[in-house]
Amino acid sequence: MAETNMIPIYIMGKQYFVPDALTIMGALEYAGYKLIRGVGCRAAFCGACATVYRIDGDPKLHIGLACGTQVEPGMHLTQIPFYPAERAQYRLDELEPTFATMVSLYPQLLKCLGCGTCTKSCPQDLQVKDYMAAAMRGDISRVADLSFDCIMCGMCVSRCPAEEAQPNIAILARRLHGRYLTPRAEHLAERVTEIRTGKYDDELAEIKAMPEAELRQRYNTRDIEAD
Amino acid sequence: MNDGYTPGMRESIKKVEATRPARLQETWPMMTPVEKQEVLRKFHPDYKPEGMRELRVGPAKGLRTPHELADLLEGHSMLRNEELDLEQVDFETDVLIIGGGGAGSAAALLAREEGAQVLVVTKLRHGDANTMMAQGGIQAADKPEDNPVIHYLDVMGGGHFTNDPDLVEALVRDAPEAIAWLESLGCMFDKEPDGTLITIHGGGTSRKRMHSARDYSGAEIMRTLRDEVRSYPDEIEVIEFAPAIELIMDDKGQAAGAVLLNLETGEHYIVRAKTTIIATGGSGRLHYQDFATTNHYGATGDGVILAYRVGADVCFLDTMQYHPTGAAYPTQIVGLLVTEKVRGLGAQVCNIEGNQFVYPRETRDVEASAIIRECVDADKGIQTPSGFVGVWLDSPMIDLIHGPGTIEKELPAMVRQFARFGVDIVKDPILVYPTLHYQNGGVSLKADGATSIPNLYGAGEISGGVHGRNRLMGNSLLEVTVYGRRAGRAAGQRCKEVSLGQLTLAHVGQWEDALGEAGVEAEIESPLILPDYTRHGR
Repeated sequence: MAETNMIPIYIMGKQYFVPDALTIMGALEYAGYKLIRGVGCRAAFCGACATVYRIDGDPKLHIGLACGTQVEPGMHLTQIPFYPAERAQYRLDELEPTFATMVSLYPQLLKCLGCGTCTKSCPQDLQVKDYMAAAMRGDISRVADLSFDCIMCGMCVSRCPAEEAQPNIAILARRLHGRYLTPRAEHLAERVTEIRTGKYDDELAEIKAMPEAELRQRYNTRDIEAD
Repeated sequence: MNDGYTPGMRESIKKVEATRPARLQETWPMMTPVEKQEVLRKFHPDYKPEGMRELRVGPAKGLRTPHELADLLEGHSMLRNEELDLEQVDFETDVLIIGGGGAGSAAALLAREEGAQVLVVTKLRHGDANTMMAQGGIQAADKPEDNPVIHYLDVMGGGHFTNDPDLVEALVRDAPEAIAWLESLGCMFDKEPDGTLITIHGGGTSRKRMHSARDYSGAEIMRTLRDEVRSYPDEIEVIEFAPAIELIMDDKGQAAGAVLLNLETGEHYIVRAKTTIIATGGSGRLHYQDFATTNHYGATGDGVILAYRVGADVCFLDTMQYHPTGAAYPTQIVGLLVTEKVRGLGAQVCNIEGNQFVYPRETRDVEASAIIRECVDADKGIQTPSGFVGVWLDSPMIDLIHGPGTIEKELPAMVRQFARFGVDIVKDPILVYPTLHYQNGGVSLKADGATSIPNLYGAGEISGGVHGRNRLMGNSLLEVTVYGRRAGRAAGQRCKEVSLGQLTLAHVGQWEDALGEAGVEAEIESPLILPDYTRHGR
């Protein structure tokens, strides 16, 4: 850090002064915490570091990722590294991509109040309420699309008055959509068959046995598919 | 909250905008083979002699590797002063999988298919892995104008013809099947309405064979595999926050399990296993040559160290991958990945004057070296207030080429990442600099995932040989899937034939002796398990 402006933050109620350019995660470490829980990819993909915080003088509770949120003066914070959301047991290949499947696996789906607390609590700014509404309509593909950027941090679950398991409902929908509601790639299935039936065996054996000079020559003169 | 770019950066961005219309028509030439060698030799971190040293002990004695890794490979066992009763077995299993990322999860599913009982142990949470962070995509030759032979040639050329041909053949041969398997598990790959997979170029590809799931490709694969693993709770047990800290052998010289450490209580667990798969990933968190990294918090090279200590062969540990485009700004995200998909979609790389200086899709080692040259040698990089330097990755070009809305649709994670710190990559270019990304080498494997130690397998970034001295984009998610499946299948079959002898940690004592004989005086213990960032504020 070239210039260091130190600001007060409160980690689980205790005050520390940290450089203001840090993320919450950096600030926790700066304060001396060696993290085991509440840390993962450090790049906003894994959902390990969900953090609840409030700023001095403002009662509003915010939710952010510790790795993706810069500290602010007077920030009171605590991490919620784990939340015990229910996951239904299923085998994808035994399911049908229907509303009945969703409701039989997650009966509480029908108890969603539509209050929108989930949407307000999402650190990815996803429209969680909207995908829950789509789930209640049985629009599985819509759930899949709206929930795609979910990192499964569980914060919507933590705030939900109806005790829904939104991220688990969403991944079920995405897997149903991916497997059953989009056409399979035919060119892919054909290529798998071609490889299995030995179409490329001779050519692969030939190129593997090729002297390096010849291989280099072939590489340097290979044609490149146009954009 | 950051207000985006500084006035100095704005000046330079104006130049980037000014050259953009002309650059849209311009194709910068690829380097010749001689030029590539030249830029690698002069500017690639692997070629800095002071960054590495020769190993003094173990099966690869004499092999050069970065100091940070050498320190750990030559480290002491955490159990050197412990008296563990190996008769008190806490977990008994057919297949032990160390690592709960993409490779470990794929292996667990295939071992289960073979009828094995599986135990997955992982340092942090199941799915906390570099797989989760891979954005750009996964390669497979499944289009009519492509085939596995062309894929093979690209992989070999990308690795400078140093790759193990058997491993490359397995990679390209299994690739379409790997994609089909993921598709059947419900992975939402980007597709045309008729089901045709959408594929684009990556650095070093001669065909468009990069499959993606927006820019959450790895996350989509990882969460799907994890959810599938969770569908078999009776056959696959997962223990989180319990890294392996030493392999256990038996008196017949076979791998026979591991000692785990409960990270939260400090308790040790003894696992007895008929076969063991190491799938602990890479080592970016060792910050070779002080580079920032794209890697997961747990990427500390543990598996290579455990395998090396029981005598497993390793290779290519003198080559690391520096991804050409890590974030150089804003400060909070320095080093994080800016996916190669940005260049795959047409964005060019420009210097402070808004001019191109490199073909945007050279192989990663060449592209990274050219960017370092532009900043260090030509002095045409852009300085940041916190002391970093970078060049522009002209992301707004993407919408001009493919139509408005493309960036938000194809790169939602990137858009969100930068928006969190006040930068809009739809309107403005991204400041980038190479970042430590991938461990090209590792434990030597055979094509079924076997290591040189009986009953010990490996898969994923832990391994060496598939990529030779340089990996192409999209071949790591592929390697994770292909070799996870191969190792899982082989270990799941092999465990039926294994008869274990008496468990032993004799190698720990022998290792101590070897360290003494080699004159290693450092008191470093390994594996590292987690980096220590306390009070550094990285």
